[in-house]
Amino acid sequence: MSFVPGQPVTAVVQRIEIQKLRQGENLILGFSIGGGIDQDPGQNPFSEDKSDKGIYVTRITPGGPAEVAGLRMGDKIMQVNGWDMTMVTHDQARKKLTNKREDVVRLLITRRSLEEAVKQSKGSHPRQ
Amino acid sequence: MELICCGPHEWCDTMKVTWATKHNSYSFFLSSRERSRDRHKTRSKDSRSEKSVTINTPPAEPLLGDSSVRGEQVQDDNWGETTTAVTGTSEHSLSQEDIVRITKDLEDSVGLDCRRYVTRAIAVILGLLVFFTPLAFLVLPHILWPEKLQSCGTACEGLFISVAFKLLILLLAVWALFFRPARASLPRVFVFRILLAVLVFLFVVSYWLFYSVRILDAQDENYQGIVQYAVSLVDALLFIHYLAVVLLELRQLQPCFSVCVMRSTDGETRHYNLGQLSIQRAALAIIEHYYCDFPIHNPALLSASKSRAAKHLAGLKVYNVDGPGNNAAAGIAQSQSRAMIAAAARRRDTSHNELYYEEAEHERRVRKRRARLVVAVEEAFTHIKRMQEEEPKKAPGDVMDPREAAQAIFPSMARALQKYLRTTKQQHCHSMESIQQHLAFCITNNMTPKAFLESYLMPGPTLQYGKDHWLGHRWTLISEVSVTSGLKDGSVFLLKCVDFSLVVTSKKIPYIQMSEEYIDPKSHKFVLRLQSETSV
Repeated sequence: MSFVPGQPVTAVVQRIEIQKLRQGENLILGFSIGGGIDQDPGQNPFSEDKSDKGIYVTRITPGGPAEVAGLRMGDKIMQVNGWDMTMVTHDQARKKLTNKREDVVRLLITRRSLEEAVKQSKGSHPRQ
Repeated sequence: MELICCGPHEWCDTMKVTWATKHNSYSFFLSSRERSRDRHKTRSKDSRSEKSVTINTPPAEPLLGDSSVRGEQVQDDNWGETTTAVTGTSEHSLSQEDIVRITKDLEDSVGLDCRRYVTRAIAVILGLLVFFTPLAFLVLPHILWPEKLQSCGTACEGLFISVAFKLLILLLAVWALFFRPARASLPRVFVFRILLAVLVFLFVVSYWLFYSVRILDAQDENYQGIVQYAVSLVDALLFIHYLAVVLLELRQLQPCFSVCVMRSTDGETRHYNLGQLSIQRAALAIIEHYYCDFPIHNPALLSASKSRAAKHLAGLKVYNVDGPGNNAAAGIAQSQSRAMIAAAARRRDTSHNELYYEEAEHERRVRKRRARLVVAVEEAFTHIKRMQEEEPKKAPGDVMDPREAAQAIFPSMARALQKYLRTTKQQHCHSMESIQQHLAFCITNNMTPKAFLESYLMPGPTLQYGKDHWLGHRWTLISEVSVTSGLKDGSVFLLKCVDFSLVVTSKKIPYIQMSEEYIDPKSHKFVLRLQSETSV
């Protein structure tokens, strides 16, 4: 999941669609995010490359809409509803996720297990 | 006590010259005395050249010769101009300066001495009056009615001691405050000193009045009362002296105005903080700072820009093809200058290129010469060393005093130094004698070659150079408001010297509003910066 500056980022991503849950007057998604270009990337426990300033999922509320949709702790969020999440500040990421006018968010997330799964499948079925 | 007053001679100057010019112009018309006509001519020429701001000169002199035959009804331009120049208001120092310059040959030396003499005389008289009044108060009853006087008891004699010591303190204080060598001669009176002198005089006179009426006439027997009266006089005099200290010395210490002083020839600027002063005292303070802070005025450095300006003007010639007499004279002049400006704007001028390369070349040359100079001086300094006491006595021919040592090592560095001074256009500031003197001084005080060179590498303040550079400086204060009025925000005045002038502008120091904020030393706490986590 490391990137080379100037080169396009390639990753194996999974699409996750989360329906927001209405609690009182708030729409909640049921997870917590960490990271951002204004944060200290060395403190991120989930990132592989400690200079990665992307947005990561740090906590999932058990039974919440995120868990139901398939989000797991440690996932890196690449896109939210089409907005890029690899080069945003923490506050910008929060704003994109908590837009009151949308009640569904479509995320593109990536995790190490996805990469490995793809590698394994490639290895077992080499292309002719 | 030193007073600087506008003595009677200035007023009589005005009147004398007015009378002289009028007299001369009348004698002009009525007779033809060569001598007076010439003097009148030169005087009017002086006034015209100093006052003229228009380009058109008035018609030439021969008119006057012709009109001497006709009557007074003939309009004589010079006569009118001279009169108005001389009888102008003498409020401004500028017109007064004109008067002084016109009668320069007669009154200059006499006037100055007269003023100083008068002020000193007044100061001495006032001082003696003040000092001897209490003593007179005490002694007169004993002389005039000794038999009626009550004898002086213990308290009374104690008061004698008090009078004596207070008079001594007053004497010392007056000596400390007023008996100082004069720093300068200012154009106008020092207002505060005049006020104080008048106050002291009125005070002493009123005490004498009271004394003469109530005590001398009535022949009072109560001697203790008289002694107490004398003591009260001395106390009040001490308080007046305190007032003098506050007004003359303390009031201007608190900075109130920030003045910006700029030299007109090369733009050197300095800023100073001054207190509440009159314009002439502020000018005096600024001149004293000028001698310490401003680098010496070097006219040789200005020649380059003057030659560039001359080249600009010489590049264009304007011809009038329409023929003379078409427009009025003013119209022609205006159209000519407009044409010149337009042509100058359109012309492709490469003088900026020349300036750039010339400056770069000059910089390089200066640095090369400076390097050679530094090496030469360092080498020269290695040739001599201080003789130690323990060394075996050398022959008397070998032992040198500082001057001889300087003369011995000077030739090895003289050429490099001269070349450097020529390149930086400073050669007229330093004579060979002064350089050798400085070298001897540096050797005596164990200075390094770098210390010796410092006064030649950078232009220093004016006082550093020989006396002929600043001894003849006469300063003229040019101001639009009266010079005894105080400094105000935005006041501007000029200090003119022969070669340059200093433009002074003053600004009020803003009112400073300061508030406090208390920081508890225990409030300095730090945490590690963690990743912030937001739940969505």
